[in-house]
Amino acid sequence: MTDIVPFLRLSNVSKNFVGVRALQDIDWEVRPGEIHCLVGENGCGKSTLIKIVAGVHAPTSGTIEIGGQEVLPLDPAKAKALGIQVIFQDLSLFPNLSVAENIAIDDTLQNMLMPVNKAAMRKTTRAVLERLAFDLDLDAAVSDLSVAERQIVAIARGLAAEARLIFMDEPTASLTRAEVDRLLAIVSRLKADGIAVVFVSHRLDEVVEIAERVTVMRDGRKVGTWPVGEVDQKKIANLMTGLHIDNSIVARDMSSAEPVLEVKNLTRHGEFADIDFTLRRGEVLGIVGLLGSGRTELALALFGMHRVDSGTMALEGQPLTLRSNRDAVRAGIAYVSEDRLGLGVILPQSIGDNIMLAVMKSMTNGLGLIPDKSRKKLAGDWVQRLAIKVPSADRAVQTLSGGNQQRVVLAKWLATKPKVLILDSPTVGVDIKNKQGIYEVVTDLARQGVGIILISDEVSEVFATCDRVLHMRGGRILEEEVPGRVSEHEMEERIYA
Amino acid sequence: MRDGVPSTSAQSALRRLRRRPEAWLLAVILIVGTIFSLTARDFLSLPNIIDLLETYSVQAIMAMGLFVVLVSGGIDISFAATASVAQYCAALLASQLGLPAPLVILAGLAVGGILGCLNALLIHYVRITSIIATIAMMSVSFSLLMYFSGGKSIYTLPDWWTDRIVFWQTETESGDLVRITLPIVAMVVVTLFTWAWMTRSSAGRQLYAMGGNAEAARRIGINIGRLQFVAYGYLGLMAAIAGMLQAHRVGESVPNAMYNTELAVLSAAVLGGASLTGGIGTVPGVLLGIVLLAILQNGLNLLGVSSYFFQIVIGITILASTSLTVISSRRGRRHRILAEAPANG
Repeated sequence: MTDIVPFLRLSNVSKNFVGVRALQDIDWEVRPGEIHCLVGENGCGKSTLIKIVAGVHAPTSGTIEIGGQEVLPLDPAKAKALGIQVIFQDLSLFPNLSVAENIAIDDTLQNMLMPVNKAAMRKTTRAVLERLAFDLDLDAAVSDLSVAERQIVAIARGLAAEARLIFMDEPTASLTRAEVDRLLAIVSRLKADGIAVVFVSHRLDEVVEIAERVTVMRDGRKVGTWPVGEVDQKKIANLMTGLHIDNSIVARDMSSAEPVLEVKNLTRHGEFADIDFTLRRGEVLGIVGLLGSGRTELALALFGMHRVDSGTMALEGQPLTLRSNRDAVRAGIAYVSEDRLGLGVILPQSIGDNIMLAVMKSMTNGLGLIPDKSRKKLAGDWVQRLAIKVPSADRAVQTLSGGNQQRVVLAKWLATKPKVLILDSPTVGVDIKNKQGIYEVVTDLARQGVGIILISDEVSEVFATCDRVLHMRGGRILEEEVPGRVSEHEMEERIYA
Repeated sequence: MRDGVPSTSAQSALRRLRRRPEAWLLAVILIVGTIFSLTARDFLSLPNIIDLLETYSVQAIMAMGLFVVLVSGGIDISFAATASVAQYCAALLASQLGLPAPLVILAGLAVGGILGCLNALLIHYVRITSIIATIAMMSVSFSLLMYFSGGKSIYTLPDWWTDRIVFWQTETESGDLVRITLPIVAMVVVTLFTWAWMTRSSAGRQLYAMGGNAEAARRIGINIGRLQFVAYGYLGLMAAIAGMLQAHRVGESVPNAMYNTELAVLSAAVLGGASLTGGIGTVPGVLLGIVLLAILQNGLNLLGVSSYFFQIVIGITILASTSLTVISSRRGRRHRILAEAPANG
């Protein structure tokens, strides 16, 4: 193996941002035609590393060789010309343009006054899609394609630009099992053409499945690179975190507890249909499903944001009709959104003001004003109860880490003393250490009698917190499972099947 | 395939057509046109139509420029003020200094182009949101114009400017004279050029790409800054052309003659399917938008309806057409999840 000239070689690469050491002495190689996985927690330096190779950031020190040639200084155009392509998680496609225009976009980058040769663009596109053995309507607008098809378009665009090394950032995050398999088939075609692929992923099962070698990063350093046969999922997880993560199962049998929320035949046309379940006091009920399974839509309906077309709900035995989310809050239902930053908190405002948001009415005095004392008390209480790490509750939420921001959102809703708490993907963008903290808060709340619905696409998360799990797909509940009665692995197979 | 229904290519072509705002707009124009031609006798006469074309040529030219800015993902409110400034500057040079035609026209175009580029500068380098930057610029340039002109019109335009230029003319049976004049020809040329440029040139496709996903455009190496200057500069040029043509039509330069036309032009572009969020829109669509506005105003005039009523109709048409787009796209999104559900359920 040592006689193979690596396509890409980084030696001693470091990167300092103002005051922060993002990367430290990275030595790393990618061989031609190799499938390589780059794993690490959020903030470990993966993205910085990619951006340095793609010419977006210049390294503070160290050297980069491509095909044996020193290439620094690098800029995005030069990196592209050298065959480096990055497929970002958002795919960076143009939804308003056609498939052909997206794939052959480079043809429009010449002199601005030059006419675009549409026939040539179509020819390029057809040739590339043929190489991938994939059929797409060249004139379809990308906004009409499925996520999986868009991914193919992004890969094809890389190929059209004569990529030699393709980085794919979380390529499988929203794909079904069949789509992942198709993607992997395409990746092996690329490999046969001598094109190297670096997956950046946090789904460890995939890493073990497809990669030839795995590189683990932690805190801006490379922990090491291993052939995939020499490490298993557990070992990789430990290398990533430096901790031993205990994924013990907490499921309890809650069937004798009093029902809090009963849902029968809930339907909203085009989004979900015939949803039946009962949530009991102190129970954590998981709803798992892929992006687009209708899980978030269901959550929004349970919180009154979307109206249902038919079906009934009952809260503590009383029939419940939700015309808006104000009705839901009044009835005692709280919702922590998936998009923590977009919907959950007001970033520039203080922690205290954010927590107060949903209970403002109950805090006003006779004059309709909110006494500063009760505001401070409320904020202080919750900062302490949820162990939010912050010097003062007057700090703006945007100064907190992702995990702590998530706790502020939780506190905001918990201050309303909810009977039902809906958590939509509460740990997206939160690193492993903080995830554990949030799981603890969730189980803690359940012990205090709150009924919790936890929506997630991470099976390990659901297994670590839930008493029962509903599996959703295509807007319907397919099955109900108890963690422990099925294994995590089995559950994952079913979801991604 | 995604709709779960096997479809022939004819069916899918029809479906694509039905989703195009241009098709809907054309239908509305035909309906409105039919109603007016039944109620107002002169509406469908050739002289009336040609007259309408000439009247709206100025707005159509500005709409083409605005269309380019909208596609790029921006918006511009200042173009009518730009047109007035360019027109007045050119008129001053022509009447006070007596400069020859080519110099005057070049100077007018330069003023328009520079004001457009100033917008681009504010938006790209100072990073002011386009609507704020251009509202401010509108205010500044229009007020400067009123201040320095004292609101006085220039009536002494040279003959080369105000003489009608007729490319073709004929007499109808009823004895009316029908003439294809410079404004109409200019409108046709500008429309054809904008259409070819936006659909066929690299710059045009880059503008669409930038409007569709600016971040992706930047990542792929498109020069966003340069495109901003191209888009706003183009609109500035179009505004200058429109301004000088307007003075040509009326034979004088009135500083506030074009004030307030920006809303009608913007409505036409939006009616024609140009998205305010960028990346979407076509030249034929914008042209149809202008046609609809022209027909509405003219038809209502012929019927003797108050011009305020026309403003109401404009407002309602914009509300209706934009809400229709939003509602239909929302429905499309909703039906996706269950359509992909397994048949057994």
